Amino acid sequence: MRNILTLLIGVVFGTGIALSGMANPAKVLNFFDIAGTWDPSLAFVMGGALIVTFIGYRFVLKRDHPVYEPAFDIPTKKTLDARLLTGAGIFGIGWGIAGFCPGGALPALGTANPKVILFVAALIAGMLGTRLLMTRMMISRHDLRQAD
Amino acid sequence: METTFTPIASAVGGSLIGLAAVSLMLLRGKIMGATGILAGALRPASSTDWTWRALVLVGMLCGPWIYFAGAGQLPEIVVPSSNVLLVIGGVLVGAGVTLGSGCTSGHGVCGMARLSPRSFAATATFMLTTGVTVYVTRHLFGV
Repeated sequence: MRNILTLLIGVVFGTGIALSGMANPAKVLNFFDIAGTWDPSLAFVMGGALIVTFIGYRFVLKRDHPVYEPAFDIPTKKTLDARLLTGAGIFGIGWGIAGFCPGGALPALGTANPKVILFVAALIAGMLGTRLLMTRMMISRHDLRQAD
Repeated sequence: METTFTPIASAVGGSLIGLAAVSLMLLRGKIMGATGILAGALRPASSTDWTWRALVLVGMLCGPWIYFAGAGQLPEIVVPSSNVLLVIGGVLVGAGVTLGSGCTSGHGVCGMARLSPRSFAATATFMLTTGVTVYVTRHLFGV
């Protein structure tokens, strides 16, 4: 039951993405093109998602623990740092170039559209490459500290 | 290229995204962020950690087909960018969401819904750089 419901959550998310237009780069990019062919639809996607999630979380997070897990797994960090803002900035540049964000592209992969496959392959390469670089940098910083 | 303004379909679609986010928190206690779920599936901490991620991802792939069942056609996917730009964009998105620990769903929906200051800052930042990028590519370079 737990696994069926978890799968269904993915189905609901993917259906929402398909219906909202988030899987369509032409539409997503037009949201940002206020100076050109502006399409404000994306504001309704964000608005609908935020209202439901904001209200739903109020109730859910009052519980002691989730239905099937011993504890909620929620980021606790509150402070801003350069890494967060640099990452978000780079993500936006990529989103503006390609028109896909990860949540828009992953459900679209279900259509086997070659452009979506190409984007997701590049996305995964970027994720794995960056994680590798970050791990290497942390190791080299650690080595430097030990050399002191 | 013009696209049709779809306030109702987009609001209903957005609400379903919200429903999925609330359900995943209620049942599994997890953030419905595409970046986090995919990143963890690529290098899982344990087999149970991998299972829920794989199930959500497989479910996502069914989304366009549920749409198909209702609308009689697959959702429109029009990609204005060339393949080269698509790959450059994809790598930048992958790098950015890894450094910034999240994307539109993780920061923009789940993080802002729980009033996380980091998610507000990240969302404001990527919305701004996306807008600037679209302006520069479309209106200054005419891509």
